[in-house]
Amino acid sequence: MTQVTTPAGAAGTADDGVMVRAEQVHKSFGSVEVLKGIDLEVRSGEVCCLLGPSGSGKSTFLRCINHLEKINAGRIRVDGELIGYRERGGKLHEMREKEIATQRRAIGMVFQRFNLFPHMTALQNVAEAPVLSGRERKAAARDRAAALLQRVGLGDKLGSYPGQLSGGQQQRVAIARALAMQPKLMLFDEPTSALDPELVGEVLDVMKDLARDGMTMIVVTHEIGFAREVGDSLIFMDDGVVVESGAPREVIANPRHDRTKAFLAKVL
Amino acid sequence: MSSETDTTERARPEPIQAVPVRHPGRWVAVAVIGVLVAMFVHLLVTNKAFNWAFMVDEMFRPPIMEGLRGTLALTVLAMVIGVSLGVVVAIMRLSENPILRGVSWAYTWFFRAVPRLVLAILFGNLGILWARIEFGLPFDRQIGALFGVDDFEARLFGFSALEILTGFVAGMLALGLSEAAYMAEIVRAGIQSVDEGQTEAAQALGLSRTQILRRIVLPQAMRVIIPPTGNETIAMLKDTSLVAFVPVSTELFFQLKAVGNRTFQVFPMYVAACLWYLLLTSVLLVGQYYLERHFSKGFGKSAQAKIRLRGITAEAGGSASEAGR
Repeated sequence: MTQVTTPAGAAGTADDGVMVRAEQVHKSFGSVEVLKGIDLEVRSGEVCCLLGPSGSGKSTFLRCINHLEKINAGRIRVDGELIGYRERGGKLHEMREKEIATQRRAIGMVFQRFNLFPHMTALQNVAEAPVLSGRERKAAARDRAAALLQRVGLGDKLGSYPGQLSGGQQQRVAIARALAMQPKLMLFDEPTSALDPELVGEVLDVMKDLARDGMTMIVVTHEIGFAREVGDSLIFMDDGVVVESGAPREVIANPRHDRTKAFLAKVL
Repeated sequence: MSSETDTTERARPEPIQAVPVRHPGRWVAVAVIGVLVAMFVHLLVTNKAFNWAFMVDEMFRPPIMEGLRGTLALTVLAMVIGVSLGVVVAIMRLSENPILRGVSWAYTWFFRAVPRLVLAILFGNLGILWARIEFGLPFDRQIGALFGVDDFEARLFGFSALEILTGFVAGMLALGLSEAAYMAEIVRAGIQSVDEGQTEAAQALGLSRTQILRRIVLPQAMRVIIPPTGNETIAMLKDTSLVAFVPVSTELFFQLKAVGNRTFQVFPMYVAACLWYLLLTSVLLVGQYYLERHFSKGFGKSAQAKIRLRGITAEAGGSASEAGR
Protein backbone atom coordinates (compact mmCIF):
# COMPACT_ATOMS: atom_id res chain seq x y z
CA MET A 1 0.00 0.00 0.00
CA THR A 2 1.31 3.43 -0.81
CA GLN A 3 1.46 5.94 1.93
CA VAL A 4 2.05 9.63 2.04
CA THR A 5 4.23 11.23 4.65
CA THR A 6 2.61 12.28 7.89
CA PRO A 7 2.12 16.02 8.21
CA ALA A 8 4.46 17.46 10.79
CA GLY A 9 3.12 17.89 14.29
CA ALA A 10 0.01 15.73 14.00
CA ALA A 11 -0.61 15.73 17.72
CA GLY A 12 -1.61 12.73 19.79
CA THR A 13 -0.96 10.07 17.18
CA ALA A 14 0.79 6.78 17.71
CA ASP A 15 4.53 6.76 17.30
CA ASP A 16 4.52 5.06 13.93
CA GLY A 17 2.17 7.63 12.41
CA VAL A 18 -0.51 5.07 11.67
CA MET A 19 -4.02 6.30 12.53
CA VAL A 20 -6.04 3.23 11.63
CA ARG A 21 -4.74 -0.30 11.52
CA ALA A 22 -7.07 -3.15 10.72
CA GLU A 23 -5.81 -6.73 10.91
CA GLN A 24 -7.77 -9.65 9.52
CA VAL A 25 -11.17 -8.12 10.27
CA HIS A 26 -14.04 -10.58 9.90
CA LYS A 27 -17.70 -9.73 10.27
CA SER A 28 -20.78 -11.87 9.76
CA PHE A 29 -24.46 -11.09 9.92
CA GLY A 30 -25.93 -14.41 10.90
CA SER A 31 -24.56 -16.94 8.46
CA VAL A 32 -23.57 -14.34 5.88
CA GLU A 33 -19.92 -13.38 6.06
CA VAL A 34 -19.67 -9.75 4.98
CA LEU A 35 -16.01 -9.08 5.76
CA LYS A 36 -13.56 -11.88 5.08
CA GLY A 37 -10.31 -10.70 6.55
CA ILE A 38 -9.66 -7.03 5.86
CA ASP A 39 -6.15 -5.69 6.34
CA LEU A 40 -5.68 -1.98 6.03
CA GLU A 41 -3.48 0.81 7.24
CA VAL A 42 -4.27 4.50 7.10
CA ARG A 43 -1.57 6.90 8.14
CA SER A 44 -2.22 10.09 10.01
CA GLY A 45 -3.25 12.92 7.69
CA GLU A 46 -4.04 10.52 4.86
CA VAL A 47 -7.24 10.44 2.83
CA CYS A 48 -8.18 6.85 2.10
CA CYS A 49 -10.98 6.16 -0.39
CA LEU A 50 -12.90 2.89 -0.23
CA LEU A 51 -14.38 1.86 -3.54
CA GLY A 52 -16.40 -1.13 -4.54
CA PRO A 53 -19.76 -2.40 -5.71
CA SER A 54 -22.69 -2.28 -3.27
CA GLY A 55 -22.67 -5.25 -0.96
CA SER A 56 -18.90 -5.45 -1.03
CA GLY A 57 -18.75 -4.68 2.70
CA LYS A 58 -17.14 -1.25 2.57
CA SER A 59 -19.84 0.50 4.61
CA THR A 60 -19.88 -2.34 7.13
CA PHE A 61 -16.12 -2.07 7.48
CA LEU A 62 -16.41 1.68 8.07
CA ARG A 63 -19.01 1.07 10.79
CA CYS A 64 -16.68 -1.43 12.46
CA ILE A 65 -14.04 1.26 12.88
CA ASN A 66 -16.14 3.17 15.42
CA HIS A 67 -17.70 0.00 16.80
CA LEU A 68 -21.21 0.60 15.47
CA GLU A 69 -20.77 -3.00 14.34
CA LYS A 70 -19.00 -5.58 16.47
CA ILE A 71 -16.39 -7.53 14.58
CA ASN A 72 -16.22 -11.31 14.89
CA ALA A 73 -12.48 -11.72 14.44
CA GLY A 74 -9.39 -9.60 13.94
CA ARG A 75 -8.29 -6.32 15.48
CA ILE A 76 -8.99 -2.68 14.71
CA ARG A 77 -6.76 -0.06 16.26
CA VAL A 78 -7.29 3.67 16.00
CA ASP A 79 -4.31 5.76 17.02
CA GLY A 80 -2.74 2.68 18.55
CA GLU A 81 -5.77 1.93 20.72
CA LEU A 82 -7.79 -1.26 20.31
CA ILE A 83 -11.42 -0.43 19.45
CA GLY A 84 -14.19 -1.88 21.60
CA TYR A 85 -12.01 -4.25 23.62
CA ARG A 86 -9.22 -4.24 26.14
CA GLU A 87 -6.49 -6.83 25.89
CA ARG A 88 -5.42 -8.14 29.27
CA GLY A 89 -3.41 -11.26 29.89
CA GLY A 90 -3.84 -12.45 26.33
CA LYS A 91 -7.62 -12.24 26.65
CA LEU A 92 -10.06 -9.73 25.17
CA HIS A 93 -12.46 -7.97 27.51
CA GLU A 94 -15.46 -6.14 26.17
CA MET A 95 -15.41 -2.45 26.94
CA ARG A 96 -18.12 -0.76 28.93
CA GLU A 97 -20.54 1.46 27.09
CA LYS A 98 -18.92 4.57 28.57
CA GLU A 99 -15.44 3.60 27.38
CA ILE A 100 -16.73 2.91 23.88
CA ALA A 101 -18.42 6.31 23.89
CA THR A 102 -15.11 7.92 24.85
CA GLN A 103 -13.38 6.16 21.94
CA ARG A 104 -16.09 7.25 19.53
CA ARG A 105 -15.67 10.91 20.46
CA ALA A 106 -12.29 10.87 18.72
CA ILE A 107 -13.85 9.47 15.53
CA GLY A 108 -16.26 11.61 13.54
CA MET A 109 -18.76 9.97 11.24
CA VAL A 110 -20.85 11.31 8.38
CA PHE A 111 -23.75 9.21 7.13
CA GLN A 112 -25.28 8.74 3.72
CA ARG A 113 -28.68 9.89 4.98
CA PHE A 114 -27.25 12.77 7.11
CA ASN A 115 -29.09 11.66 10.26
CA LEU A 116 -29.33 15.20 11.57
CA PHE A 117 -31.48 15.66 14.67
CA PRO A 118 -34.70 17.04 13.16
CA HIS A 119 -35.96 18.66 16.37
CA MET A 120 -32.89 20.87 16.68
CA THR A 121 -31.65 23.81 14.65
CA ALA A 122 -28.41 23.56 12.69
CA LEU A 123 -26.60 25.33 15.53
CA GLN A 124 -28.07 23.03 18.17
CA ASN A 125 -27.18 19.98 16.10
CA VAL A 126 -23.54 21.04 16.09
CA ALA A 127 -23.32 22.31 19.68
CA GLU A 128 -25.20 19.41 21.32
CA ALA A 129 -22.52 16.75 21.66
CA PRO A 130 -19.68 18.97 23.00
CA VAL A 131 -22.01 20.24 25.73
CA LEU A 132 -23.48 16.83 26.63
CA SER A 133 -20.05 15.22 26.81
CA GLY A 134 -19.07 17.90 29.31
CA ARG A 135 -16.29 19.31 27.17
CA GLU A 136 -17.59 22.79 26.80
CA ARG A 137 -20.01 25.20 28.36
CA LYS A 138 -23.07 26.09 26.34
CA ALA A 139 -21.92 29.55 25.29
CA ALA A 140 -18.48 28.40 24.17
CA ALA A 141 -19.94 25.44 22.28
CA ARG A 142 -22.40 27.69 20.50
CA ASP A 143 -19.68 30.11 19.45
CA ARG A 144 -17.57 27.29 18.10
CA ALA A 145 -20.59 25.68 16.41
CA ALA A 146 -21.35 28.97 14.67
CA ALA A 147 -17.74 29.19 13.50
CA LEU A 148 -17.86 25.61 12.20
CA LEU A 149 -21.08 26.27 10.30
CA GLN A 150 -19.47 29.39 8.89
CA ARG A 151 -16.57 27.22 7.76
CA VAL A 152 -18.86 24.86 5.83
CA GLY A 153 -20.56 27.88 4.26
CA LEU A 154 -23.73 27.90 6.33
CA GLY A 155 -23.17 30.98 8.46
CA ASP A 156 -26.63 32.24 7.54
CA LYS A 157 -28.45 29.01 8.41
CA LEU A 158 -27.70 28.73 12.13
CA GLY A 159 -31.35 28.85 13.16
CA SER A 160 -32.72 26.62 10.40
CA TYR A 161 -34.16 23.21 11.15
CA PRO A 162 -32.88 20.31 9.01
CA GLY A 163 -36.27 20.08 7.30
CA GLN A 164 -35.75 23.59 5.94
CA LEU A 165 -32.34 22.81 4.41
CA SER A 166 -31.43 21.18 1.12
CA GLY A 167 -29.67 17.82 1.10
CA GLY A 168 -26.30 19.40 0.44
CA GLN A 169 -26.78 21.89 3.26
CA GLN A 170 -27.88 19.13 5.61
CA GLN A 171 -24.80 17.07 4.84
CA ARG A 172 -22.57 20.08 5.46
CA VAL A 173 -24.26 20.57 8.86
CA ALA A 174 -23.60 16.88 9.53
CA ILE A 175 -19.91 17.38 8.76
CA ALA A 176 -19.78 20.40 11.06
CA ARG A 177 -21.52 18.34 13.75
CA ALA A 178 -18.88 15.63 13.52
CA LEU A 179 -16.05 18.20 13.54
CA ALA A 180 -17.43 19.80 16.69
CA MET A 181 -16.07 16.88 18.71
CA GLN A 182 -12.59 17.67 17.33
CA PRO A 183 -12.00 14.15 16.07
CA LYS A 184 -8.64 12.88 14.92
CA LEU A 185 -10.27 10.69 12.29
CA MET A 186 -13.30 11.26 10.07
CA LEU A 187 -15.35 8.47 8.52
CA PHE A 188 -17.54 9.26 5.52
CA ASP A 189 -20.15 6.69 4.53
CA GLU A 190 -21.17 7.54 0.96
CA PRO A 191 -21.69 11.19 1.91
CA THR A 192 -22.93 12.27 -1.50
CA SER A 193 -24.98 9.25 -2.58
CA ALA A 194 -28.30 10.62 -1.32
CA LEU A 195 -27.80 14.03 -2.94
CA ASP A 196 -29.14 15.54 -6.12
CA PRO A 197 -26.29 15.73 -8.66
CA GLU A 198 -26.03 19.51 -8.53
CA LEU A 199 -25.57 19.43 -4.73
CA VAL A 200 -22.70 16.92 -4.71
CA GLY A 201 -20.08 19.55 -5.45
CA GLU A 202 -20.70 21.68 -2.37
CA VAL A 203 -20.23 18.70 -0.05
CA LEU A 204 -17.11 17.48 -1.86
CA ASP A 205 -15.65 20.99 -1.61
CA VAL A 206 -16.02 20.94 2.17
CA MET A 207 -14.36 17.52 2.26
CA LYS A 208 -11.47 18.68 0.06
CA ASP A 209 -11.02 21.60 2.39
CA LEU A 210 -10.82 19.23 5.35
CA ALA A 211 -8.30 17.04 3.56
CA ARG A 212 -6.15 20.07 2.83
CA ASP A 213 -6.14 20.88 6.55
CA GLY A 214 -4.58 17.49 7.24
CA MET A 215 -7.58 15.60 8.60
CA THR A 216 -7.27 11.84 8.47
CA MET A 217 -10.24 10.61 6.46
CA ILE A 218 -11.68 7.31 5.33
CA VAL A 219 -14.22 7.88 2.61
CA VAL A 220 -16.57 5.27 1.18
CA THR A 221 -17.57 6.80 -2.12
CA HIS A 222 -18.56 6.34 -5.73
CA GLU A 223 -17.02 9.68 -6.68
CA ILE A 224 -14.04 8.52 -8.74
CA GLY A 225 -13.08 12.12 -9.45
CA PHE A 226 -12.84 12.89 -5.74
CA ALA A 227 -10.76 9.77 -5.11
CA ARG A 228 -8.36 10.68 -7.89
CA GLU A 229 -8.03 14.31 -6.89
CA VAL A 230 -8.00 14.17 -3.09
CA GLY A 231 -7.27 10.57 -2.15
CA ASP A 232 -3.83 9.54 -0.96
CA SER A 233 -4.70 5.88 -1.20
CA LEU A 234 -7.46 3.91 -2.81
CA ILE A 235 -8.79 0.58 -1.70
CA PHE A 236 -11.00 -1.49 -3.94
CA MET A 237 -13.17 -3.96 -2.10
CA ASP A 238 -15.36 -6.72 -3.47
CA ASP A 239 -17.19 -9.54 -1.74
CA GLY A 240 -15.69 -8.79 1.67
CA VAL A 241 -12.04 -8.69 0.68
CA VAL A 242 -9.58 -6.02 -0.42
CA VAL A 243 -9.03 -6.76 -4.09
CA GLU A 244 -6.59 -4.03 -4.93
CA SER A 245 -5.05 -0.99 -3.31
CA GLY A 246 -2.58 1.69 -4.18
CA ALA A 247 -2.25 5.30 -5.25
CA PRO A 248 -5.62 6.42 -6.63
CA ARG A 249 -4.31 7.66 -10.01
CA GLU A 250 -2.40 4.43 -10.46
CA VAL A 251 -5.30 2.14 -9.63
CA ILE A 252 -7.82 4.11 -11.64
CA ALA A 253 -5.57 4.43 -14.69
CA ASN A 254 -4.13 0.88 -14.66
CA PRO A 255 -6.24 -1.48 -12.61
CA ARG A 256 -4.44 -4.80 -12.32
CA HIS A 257 -7.29 -6.94 -11.18
CA ASP A 258 -10.18 -8.01 -13.45
CA ARG A 259 -12.83 -7.15 -10.87
CA THR A 260 -11.40 -3.65 -10.47
CA LYS A 261 -11.32 -3.26 -14.24
CA ALA A 262 -14.93 -4.36 -14.57
CA PHE A 263 -16.11 -2.04 -11.79
CA LEU A 264 -14.21 1.00 -13.07
CA ALA A 265 -15.46 0.37 -16.59
CA LYS A 266 -19.00 0.72 -15.26
CA VAL A 267 -18.60 3.81 -13.10
CA LEU A 268 -16.15 5.85 -15.20
CA MET B 1 -37.46 33.47 -27.24
CA SER B 2 -40.13 34.58 -29.66
CA SER B 3 -42.71 32.00 -28.66
CA GLU B 4 -42.61 33.26 -25.05
CA THR B 5 -43.25 36.86 -26.02
CA ASP B 6 -46.13 35.63 -28.14
CA THR B 7 -47.90 34.06 -25.20
CA THR B 8 -47.50 37.08 -22.98
CA GLU B 9 -48.85 39.38 -25.66
CA ARG B 10 -51.86 37.24 -26.43
CA ALA B 11 -55.07 38.38 -24.71
CA ARG B 12 -55.87 36.67 -21.42
CA PRO B 13 -58.91 34.37 -21.92
CA GLU B 14 -62.10 35.07 -20.05
CA PRO B 15 -62.30 33.44 -16.59
CA ILE B 16 -64.40 30.25 -16.54
CA GLN B 17 -67.90 30.72 -15.18
CA ALA B 18 -69.37 27.24 -15.34
CA VAL B 19 -72.63 26.11 -13.75
CA PRO B 20 -71.62 24.14 -10.61
CA VAL B 21 -72.74 20.53 -10.11
CA ARG B 22 -75.98 20.40 -8.08
CA HIS B 23 -76.13 18.31 -4.91
CA PRO B 24 -79.81 17.52 -4.22
CA GLY B 25 -78.80 14.81 -1.73
CA ARG B 26 -77.38 17.45 0.58
CA TRP B 27 -80.70 19.27 0.80
CA VAL B 28 -82.49 16.03 1.69
CA ALA B 29 -79.93 15.40 4.43
CA VAL B 30 -80.36 18.93 5.78
CA ALA B 31 -84.12 18.43 5.95
CA VAL B 32 -83.87 15.08 7.76
CA ILE B 33 -81.31 16.34 10.26
CA GLY B 34 -83.32 19.52 10.79
CA VAL B 35 -86.38 17.51 11.79
CA LEU B 36 -84.39 15.28 14.13
CA VAL B 37 -82.76 18.27 15.84
CA ALA B 38 -86.13 19.95 16.24
CA MET B 39 -87.53 16.79 17.84
CA PHE B 40 -84.58 16.63 20.23
CA VAL B 41 -84.89 20.28 21.24
CA HIS B 42 -88.60 19.80 21.73
CA LEU B 43 -87.88 16.88 24.05
CA LEU B 44 -85.35 18.90 26.05
CA VAL B 45 -87.72 21.82 26.49
CA THR B 46 -91.05 20.11 27.14
CA ASN B 47 -90.19 16.93 29.07
CA LYS B 48 -90.59 17.65 32.77
CA ALA B 49 -88.20 14.86 33.78
CA PHE B 50 -85.25 17.05 32.85
CA ASN B 51 -86.17 19.54 35.55
CA TRP B 52 -83.64 22.07 34.26
CA ALA B 53 -84.15 24.65 36.99
CA PHE B 54 -83.40 22.07 39.67
CA MET B 55 -80.37 20.78 37.78
CA VAL B 56 -78.79 24.20 37.28
CA ASP B 57 -79.52 24.99 40.89
CA GLU B 58 -77.80 21.87 42.17
CA MET B 59 -74.88 21.37 39.81
CA PHE B 60 -72.74 24.23 41.16
CA ARG B 61 -73.24 23.61 44.88
CA PRO B 62 -70.14 23.38 47.16
CA PRO B 63 -70.12 19.56 47.51
CA ILE B 64 -70.29 19.21 43.72
CA MET B 65 -67.48 21.72 43.29
CA GLU B 66 -65.44 19.76 45.82
CA GLY B 67 -66.16 16.63 43.82
CA LEU B 68 -65.03 18.48 40.69
CA ARG B 69 -61.75 19.40 42.36
CA GLY B 70 -61.35 15.79 43.46
CA THR B 71 -61.95 14.54 39.92
CA LEU B 72 -59.39 16.96 38.47
CA ALA B 73 -56.84 16.09 41.15
CA LEU B 74 -57.43 12.40 40.58
CA THR B 75 -57.01 12.81 36.82
CA VAL B 76 -53.78 14.77 37.15
CA LEU B 77 -52.24 12.53 39.82
CA ALA B 78 -53.20 9.29 38.08
CA MET B 79 -51.79 10.60 34.79
CA VAL B 80 -48.57 11.74 36.48
CA ILE B 81 -48.15 8.26 37.95
CA GLY B 82 -49.18 6.68 34.67
CA VAL B 83 -46.84 8.69 32.44
CA SER B 84 -43.77 8.56 34.66
CA LEU B 85 -44.14 4.89 35.51
CA GLY B 86 -45.11 4.18 31.89
CA VAL B 87 -41.87 5.71 30.59
CA VAL B 88 -39.90 3.59 33.06
CA VAL B 89 -41.77 0.42 32.10
CA ALA B 90 -41.30 1.18 28.39
CA ILE B 91 -37.56 1.73 28.81
CA MET B 92 -37.33 -1.50 30.79
CA ARG B 93 -39.16 -3.28 27.99
CA LEU B 94 -36.64 -2.02 25.42
CA SER B 95 -33.64 -2.70 27.64
CA GLU B 96 -31.02 -5.31 26.84
CA ASN B 97 -31.43 -6.79 30.30
CA PRO B 98 -33.76 -9.83 29.98
CA ILE B 99 -34.90 -9.60 33.63
CA LEU B 100 -36.05 -6.01 33.24
CA ARG B 101 -37.78 -6.98 30.01
CA GLY B 102 -39.61 -9.82 31.76
CA VAL B 103 -40.72 -7.68 34.71
CA SER B 104 -41.98 -5.03 32.32
CA TRP B 105 -43.88 -7.59 30.29
CA ALA B 106 -45.52 -9.08 33.40
CA TYR B 107 -46.52 -5.65 34.67
CA THR B 108 -48.15 -4.67 31.40
CA TRP B 109 -49.85 -8.04 31.13
CA PHE B 110 -51.40 -7.83 34.61
CA PHE B 111 -52.61 -4.26 34.51
CA ARG B 112 -53.99 -4.50 31.00
CA ALA B 113 -55.78 -7.75 31.76
CA VAL B 114 -57.70 -6.58 34.85
CA PRO B 115 -60.55 -4.10 34.28
CA ARG B 116 -60.13 -0.71 35.90
CA LEU B 117 -63.35 -0.92 37.85
CA VAL B 118 -62.28 -4.25 39.36
CA LEU B 119 -58.81 -2.86 40.11
CA ALA B 120 -60.27 0.19 41.80
CA ILE B 121 -62.55 -1.86 44.05
CA LEU B 122 -59.72 -4.31 44.76
CA PHE B 123 -57.38 -1.51 45.81
CA GLY B 124 -60.11 0.01 47.97
CA ASN B 125 -60.25 -3.28 49.90
CA LEU B 126 -56.50 -3.85 50.32
CA GLY B 127 -56.98 -2.92 53.96
CA ILE B 128 -58.37 -6.43 54.43
CA LEU B 129 -54.96 -7.88 53.51
CA TRP B 130 -52.84 -5.81 55.89
CA ALA B 131 -53.97 -3.71 58.81
CA ARG B 132 -50.65 -1.89 58.69
CA ILE B 133 -48.14 -1.35 55.93
CA GLU B 134 -44.57 -1.28 57.17
CA PHE B 135 -41.16 -0.94 55.59
CA GLY B 136 -38.03 -2.67 56.80
CA LEU B 137 -36.14 -5.93 56.43
CA PRO B 138 -38.19 -8.43 54.42
CA PHE B 139 -39.05 -11.76 56.11
CA ASP B 140 -37.76 -10.41 59.41
CA ARG B 141 -39.83 -12.82 61.53
CA GLN B 142 -38.65 -15.82 59.56
CA ILE B 143 -35.03 -14.68 59.78
CA GLY B 144 -35.48 -14.12 63.51
CA ALA B 145 -36.92 -17.60 63.92
CA LEU B 146 -33.94 -19.01 62.03
CA PHE B 147 -31.59 -17.56 64.67
CA GLY B 148 -33.86 -18.57 67.52
CA VAL B 149 -35.24 -15.10 68.27
CA ASP B 150 -39.00 -14.95 68.69
CA ASP B 151 -40.94 -12.00 67.34
CA PHE B 152 -37.85 -10.39 65.82
CA GLU B 153 -38.95 -7.23 64.01
CA ALA B 154 -36.77 -5.00 61.87
CA ARG B 155 -39.11 -2.32 60.64
CA LEU B 156 -38.25 1.26 59.97
CA PHE B 157 -41.63 2.90 59.66
CA GLY B 158 -45.20 2.06 58.85
CA PHE B 159 -48.69 3.37 58.67
CA SER B 160 -52.19 2.10 59.07
CA ALA B 161 -53.47 0.74 55.81
CA LEU B 162 -57.00 1.63 56.74
CA GLU B 163 -56.03 5.27 57.20
CA ILE B 164 -53.79 5.73 54.18
CA LEU B 165 -55.49 3.47 51.67
CA THR B 166 -58.60 5.55 51.91
CA GLY B 167 -60.81 5.78 48.91
CA PHE B 168 -58.85 8.57 47.25
CA VAL B 169 -55.39 7.02 47.48
CA ALA B 170 -56.71 3.59 46.50
CA GLY B 171 -58.50 5.06 43.50
CA MET B 172 -55.47 7.09 42.49
CA LEU B 173 -53.17 4.06 42.69
CA ALA B 174 -55.59 1.82 40.82
CA LEU B 175 -56.03 4.33 37.99
CA GLY B 176 -52.36 5.38 37.91
CA LEU B 177 -50.90 1.87 37.91
CA SER B 178 -53.31 0.70 35.26
CA GLU B 179 -52.61 3.77 33.17
CA ALA B 180 -48.86 3.09 33.38
CA ALA B 181 -49.38 -0.18 31.54
CA TYR B 182 -51.13 1.57 28.64
CA MET B 183 -48.67 4.48 28.63
CA ALA B 184 -45.79 2.00 28.51
CA GLU B 185 -47.14 0.60 25.25
CA ILE B 186 -47.58 4.12 23.84
CA VAL B 187 -44.10 5.23 24.87
CA ARG B 188 -42.57 2.04 23.50
CA ALA B 189 -44.24 2.59 20.13
CA GLY B 190 -43.04 6.19 20.18
CA ILE B 191 -39.44 5.25 20.90
CA GLN B 192 -39.49 2.57 18.22
CA SER B 193 -40.87 5.04 15.69
CA VAL B 194 -37.67 7.11 15.83
CA ASP B 195 -35.31 6.28 12.97
CA GLU B 196 -32.42 3.98 13.91
CA GLY B 197 -30.04 6.43 12.21
CA GLN B 198 -30.71 8.98 14.95
CA THR B 199 -29.34 6.66 17.61
CA GLU B 200 -26.40 5.73 15.40
CA ALA B 201 -25.51 9.35 14.73
CA ALA B 202 -25.67 10.12 18.44
CA GLN B 203 -23.60 7.04 19.26
CA ALA B 204 -21.01 8.08 16.71
CA LEU B 205 -20.76 11.42 18.51
CA GLY B 206 -19.93 9.53 21.70
CA LEU B 207 -23.13 10.21 23.63
CA SER B 208 -24.17 7.79 26.35
CA ARG B 209 -27.29 5.64 26.21
CA THR B 210 -29.21 7.84 28.67
CA GLN B 211 -28.15 11.03 26.90
CA ILE B 212 -29.32 9.65 23.58
CA LEU B 213 -32.65 8.64 25.08
CA ARG B 214 -33.21 11.93 26.88
CA ARG B 215 -31.97 14.41 24.29
CA ILE B 216 -32.36 12.70 20.93
CA VAL B 217 -34.88 9.86 20.97
CA LEU B 218 -37.55 10.89 23.50
CA PRO B 219 -38.04 14.43 22.15
CA GLN B 220 -38.66 12.93 18.72
CA ALA B 221 -40.80 10.15 20.12
CA MET B 222 -42.97 12.82 21.77
CA ARG B 223 -44.51 13.62 18.42
CA VAL B 224 -45.88 10.08 18.32
CA ILE B 225 -46.53 9.83 22.07
CA ILE B 226 -48.41 13.09 22.66
CA PRO B 227 -51.61 12.53 20.63
CA PRO B 228 -52.50 9.17 22.22
CA THR B 229 -51.49 10.57 25.63
CA GLY B 230 -54.04 13.31 25.11
CA ASN B 231 -56.62 10.66 24.40
CA GLU B 232 -55.51 8.74 27.49
CA THR B 233 -55.90 11.87 29.62
CA ILE B 234 -59.41 12.40 28.34
CA ALA B 235 -60.22 8.73 28.93
CA MET B 236 -58.74 9.02 32.42
CA LEU B 237 -60.90 12.03 33.22
CA LYS B 238 -63.92 9.92 32.38
CA ASP B 239 -62.62 6.82 34.14
CA THR B 240 -62.29 8.72 37.41
CA SER B 241 -66.05 8.19 37.64
CA LEU B 242 -65.28 4.50 38.24
CA VAL B 243 -63.80 5.24 41.64
CA ALA B 244 -67.23 6.32 42.81
CA PHE B 245 -67.57 2.58 43.48
CA VAL B 246 -64.39 2.29 45.64
CA PRO B 247 -65.99 4.43 47.08
CA VAL B 248 -64.29 7.78 46.73
CA SER B 249 -66.56 10.53 48.03
CA THR B 250 -64.53 13.53 46.80
CA GLU B 251 -65.32 12.82 43.20
CA LEU B 252 -67.68 14.50 40.76
CA PHE B 253 -69.86 11.57 39.74
CA PHE B 254 -70.21 10.33 43.33
CA GLN B 255 -71.40 13.76 44.45
CA LEU B 256 -73.85 14.20 41.56
CA LYS B 257 -75.23 10.72 42.18
CA ALA B 258 -75.55 11.49 45.90
CA VAL B 259 -77.63 14.57 45.18
CA GLY B 260 -79.80 12.55 42.81
CA ASN B 261 -80.34 9.77 45.34
CA ARG B 262 -81.11 12.17 48.16
CA THR B 263 -83.65 14.24 46.24
CA PHE B 264 -85.08 11.41 44.10
CA GLN B 265 -84.24 13.59 41.07
CA VAL B 266 -81.85 11.02 39.60
CA PHE B 267 -82.15 11.85 35.93
CA PRO B 268 -81.34 15.59 36.03
CA MET B 269 -78.16 14.83 37.95
CA TYR B 270 -77.07 12.28 35.34
CA VAL B 271 -77.61 14.98 32.71
CA ALA B 272 -75.56 17.33 34.87
CA ALA B 273 -72.80 14.70 34.90
CA CYS B 274 -72.90 14.57 31.09
CA LEU B 275 -72.60 18.34 30.89
CA TRP B 276 -69.73 18.51 33.36
CA TYR B 277 -67.75 15.81 31.57
CA LEU B 278 -68.49 17.43 28.20
CA LEU B 279 -67.13 20.73 29.46
CA LEU B 280 -64.02 19.21 31.02
CA THR B 281 -63.09 17.08 28.02
CA SER B 282 -63.62 20.04 25.67
CA VAL B 283 -61.08 22.04 27.65
CA LEU B 284 -58.65 19.11 27.42
CA LEU B 285 -59.18 18.83 23.65
CA VAL B 286 -58.11 22.44 23.19
CA GLY B 287 -55.00 21.82 25.28
CA GLN B 288 -54.22 18.74 23.23
CA TYR B 289 -54.34 20.75 20.01
CA TYR B 290 -51.70 23.19 21.23
CA LEU B 291 -49.47 20.44 22.63
CA GLU B 292 -49.49 18.58 19.33
CA ARG B 293 -48.64 21.73 17.44
CA HIS B 294 -45.71 22.41 19.77
CA PHE B 295 -44.21 18.94 19.38
CA SER B 296 -44.44 18.84 15.59
CA LYS B 297 -41.83 21.62 15.53
CA GLY B 298 -39.19 21.10 12.86
CA PHE B 299 -40.91 18.07 11.39
CA GLY B 300 -41.98 17.65 7.81
CA LYS B 301 -42.40 20.20 5.11
CA SER B 302 -46.21 19.97 5.27
CA ALA B 303 -46.28 21.13 8.91
CA GLN B 304 -44.10 24.12 8.06
CA ALA B 305 -46.06 24.90 4.92
CA LYS B 306 -49.21 24.99 7.01
CA ILE B 307 -47.68 27.48 9.41
CA ARG B 308 -46.47 29.65 6.55
CA LEU B 309 -49.84 29.39 4.82
CA ARG B 310 -51.56 30.46 8.03
CA GLY B 311 -49.41 33.59 8.06
CA ILE B 312 -50.21 34.36 4.44
CA THR B 313 -53.96 33.93 4.76
CA ALA B 314 -53.96 35.95 7.96
CA GLU B 315 -52.44 38.80 6.00
CA ALA B 316 -54.96 38.32 3.23
CA GLY B 317 -57.76 38.35 5.78
CA GLY B 318 -58.70 34.68 5.45
CA SER B 319 -59.17 32.33 8.38
CA ALA B 320 -56.39 30.01 9.47
CA SER B 321 -58.57 26.94 9.64
CA GLU B 322 -59.42 27.23 5.95
CA ALA B 323 -55.75 27.41 5.06
CA GLY B 324 -54.98 24.41 7.23
CA ARG B 325 -57.13 22.23 5.01
